[in-house]
Amino acid sequence: MYKVSVYVTPKAGVVDPQGAVIERAMPALGHSGAANIRVGRYITLEVPGADPDSAKADVDDMCRKLLANPIIEDYRFEITAGEEA
Amino acid sequence: MTQGTGSSKKVRFGVVVFPGSNCEYDAVHALSTFPEADPYYLWHKDRDLKGAQCIVLPGGFSYGDYLRTGAIARFSPIMQEVAAFAADGGLVLGICNGFQTLAEAHLLHGALRRNRGLRFICHPQYLRVERTDTPFTSRLRVGQVIQVPLNHNEGNWTAGSDHLQEIEDGGLVALRYCDAEGRVTDAANPNGATDNVAGILNEGCNVLGMMPHPERVCEEIVGGIDGRALFQSMIDHVLGG
Repeated sequence: MYKVSVYVTPKAGVVDPQGAVIERAMPALGHSGAANIRVGRYITLEVPGADPDSAKADVDDMCRKLLANPIIEDYRFEITAGEEA
Repeated sequence: MTQGTGSSKKVRFGVVVFPGSNCEYDAVHALSTFPEADPYYLWHKDRDLKGAQCIVLPGGFSYGDYLRTGAIARFSPIMQEVAAFAADGGLVLGICNGFQTLAEAHLLHGALRRNRGLRFICHPQYLRVERTDTPFTSRLRVGQVIQVPLNHNEGNWTAGSDHLQEIEDGGLVALRYCDAEGRVTDAANPNGATDNVAGILNEGCNVLGMMPHPERVCEEIVGGIDGRALFQSMIDHVLGG
């Protein structure tokens, strides 16, 4: 079993309405210098796998097909060996 | 794809129901007001389109809009059939959540993001018709302004890594947000969509996705009939009219 952390973020150049709204709210908190705020998604999961490479291949497939939309989002992930169940 | 069904002259419209769809009744009702249309429901687990000559993916919140709008619906069993139907030239209309699902399925270019300003939008909207040489818009005129309601939170269309210039050069934009005079301006853009895109076609012009709801303006009693032209165009196309 492998523990996986997936980070999904808007691609550079793709407008991020959530980030823009948060950025506009920052001056009200006194943080007038906060800029380039981008909002993404953090996903954790566990996957089985005979070895790290096959687990990575599985996670990459999950990311491309479902967890991220490659047209507007980038993704990266970290994978660590978990304890055997 | 366009042959009739024997003695019947009615066009079979399959309206797909996903868990969380909520405009399927409106779509079937609106279609039932056309004497030449025979609308019926398809369940998302169906693997047979049951003789559909047109497919409608309705609005709603399929799978609770979890992850991304339309992202889970794309993997429903029926979407494989819809994709094959579209590849064969069959007419597919995606409305609102249906548009989001078609984009997630890569049957249409781009993706739908949160509205600029993060507000849910629900109001009548003017649209400018960009082309009429399509199975969905033949009853309209180029430059015509129609009024169709919006009802969405994620209608902010962006080309993303699909190439905007190719989409525009290819004439794939069927409808744009505009003002009452047909001016396509930023002020008339309700959700921040790139180039005021309200509806786009695939290269074969047999798949149309649009955020506005034409099924909600098909009878005078509900405030307008501008949506009828789209469905009538589809019927004309199938009947060879």
